Amino acid sequence: MQSQIDSGAKDHTADRPLVAEFRAATKRYGAVLAADALSFGIGRGEFLSFLGPSGCGKTTALRMLAGFDPPTSGDVYLDGERVTDVPAYRRPVNMVFQHYALFPHMTVAQNIGYGLLQRRPRPGRDEVARKVDRALDMVRLTGFGPRRIWEMSGGQQQRVALARAIVNEPKVLLLDEPLAALDRKLRREMQIELQTLQRQLGITFVLVTHDQEEALSMSDRICIMRGGRIVQSGSPNALYDQPVSRYVADFVGKSNFIDGTLTARTATEGQIECASGLRFAGRVSGALAAGARAALSIRPEQIDLAHSARPGAEPVTVINRIFLGEHTEYLVRHASLGDLMVLVARQAEASAGRFAPGDAGFISWAPETGLILPQD
Amino acid sequence: MQRRLSTWLLLAPAGLWFAVMLVLPLCFVVVFSFGERAAAGGYVPAFTLAQYANLPARATAFRNTLVLAPLGTLLSLVIAYPLAYFLAMRADPKWRTLLLILVIVPFWTSILIRSYAWIFILGGQGLPAVIEWLGFGQVRLINTPFAVLTGIVYGYLPLMVLPVYVSLERLDKRLLEASADLGAPPMRSFLQVTLPLSLPGVATGCMLVFILLMGEFLIPAMLGGGKVFFIGNALVDLFLQSRNWAFGAAVAVTLVVIMLVTVSLYMWLMRRMGGVRDDVALM
Repeated sequence: MQSQIDSGAKDHTADRPLVAEFRAATKRYGAVLAADALSFGIGRGEFLSFLGPSGCGKTTALRMLAGFDPPTSGDVYLDGERVTDVPAYRRPVNMVFQHYALFPHMTVAQNIGYGLLQRRPRPGRDEVARKVDRALDMVRLTGFGPRRIWEMSGGQQQRVALARAIVNEPKVLLLDEPLAALDRKLRREMQIELQTLQRQLGITFVLVTHDQEEALSMSDRICIMRGGRIVQSGSPNALYDQPVSRYVADFVGKSNFIDGTLTARTATEGQIECASGLRFAGRVSGALAAGARAALSIRPEQIDLAHSARPGAEPVTVINRIFLGEHTEYLVRHASLGDLMVLVARQAEASAGRFAPGDAGFISWAPETGLILPQD
Repeated sequence: MQRRLSTWLLLAPAGLWFAVMLVLPLCFVVVFSFGERAAAGGYVPAFTLAQYANLPARATAFRNTLVLAPLGTLLSLVIAYPLAYFLAMRADPKWRTLLLILVIVPFWTSILIRSYAWIFILGGQGLPAVIEWLGFGQVRLINTPFAVLTGIVYGYLPLMVLPVYVSLERLDKRLLEASADLGAPPMRSFLQVTLPLSLPGVATGCMLVFILLMGEFLIPAMLGGGKVFFIGNALVDLFLQSRNWAFGAAVAVTLVVIMLVTVSLYMWLMRRMGGVRDDVALM
């Protein structure tokens, strides 16, 4: 596997001074390698996401930054200072925990003021009250200070957790799957709110999530993780358009994959041959050599589904149709390529006519929209 | 209607039990406490406050109980809390169950037998002999408040350890991470998060131990040797030896009243301090 490839992300980090940095940070839990020599920087004011399935090491990276788990080897830097051995309570970072971890024996205001009261010299009562009130305003919970935690709904608790962290004006705000416990509608609202808040405050946000939509919608930069390593990092657009492997293409957005062997390639173009003998052209980049196992990735919205055959089109049978409003999602079956997903825009469907399950059709796509990728 | 009937039916056995075995005898005791001792011992109906006026005659028993029961409770807590903390927070989960069983193991033997063991340990041939042999002079341990306190703490420690352990074990460990994340060093996290959230367990343990200690009879009888005695011992003496039922009843009623007052006061205090949400957690 290729290690840490930074594609299209330089524009995000190069012009920002680093606020945090991992240098070959490795974390082992017994025999499990949770973080494998992570080396990367986080720019000041950046909204960075770690995206990956559970066990990919994203939470470990966050916990190393927070100071809960010191790396087995390697170093962590905050604001240019080596903090590898600095305990969590002395680090100028704050976390929004997955299940909020609000103190049940305190009021909302006491929860939010907790971090301020740990400072030495201890700030005055008025100052704490003022900052707590401002934080409550910021998360739109004005007047909720005297409430008890158990009187708050899930969404409100999420805001309290957020306020409890940002009131300390941390150098980096860490968010561990912060929206996972919320329902879909609330999650969308909070995504927008988090983004707005991040821009207002100018604090660096580091988000850990397994939800690609969450990462894509909010981040300046996403690190796709797997097996304790960063497989690829870059802007949401770059990851979507130029994934470096099948794994990334599969994780960011939806995609169809056609497995085969790379038969020939130039610097930018190549041809893949399937087991059935079918050949497709596509873009190719990176070190993939002719003769290697590869996958052709085609995004569902780039496939054209038509009623009549045209040169280069493949015959399929429509299996299923799901109406999604602006788009319609078709599942089509090809004799040798298997099942493929096709996303048809509303207008296109209106002009070409809709398909019903069982209908015959033809799929085609522009060769330059297909990406030939390493198998993983 | 149906549901109401089934509720009553289900509660009937317990209700009947309490009525016959608790409320009724308690009524007897209250009535007796206003009576007089018959010439040959026992009870003659009367309505007099003489028995209550006579309470100072048993002042020593009250004093011993009211000093040693809270002291024993406090000492148990001081010893039990660190142990419970270790079991819940620090012990390897692999060994935790085994260690918990070890806490309960003493209960497998009767308290009577274990108190006999303490008679030997604290008696002339036991610990005092060792102390003398080490050259620290002669000490007497058996039949002292120290002996009774030792027996009490030994006997009731598990009752304190278990509720405190449960409250610490139930504590969401992520709260401690949150506390550290917000800048609190370990000791402050303990004082600001762990301790307040373990108060329900502390309250339950203290309540259990204190209530049982107030009525304790066996340990002072065996390790106090008639020199350090509780109200329980005074009651046995009054009812079975001097056969002064009326006075015994007055002492018993006074004990019940003292307990009601202290326990209510204590619960009220705990609720105010801990911000404990439900009274269920307290009991």
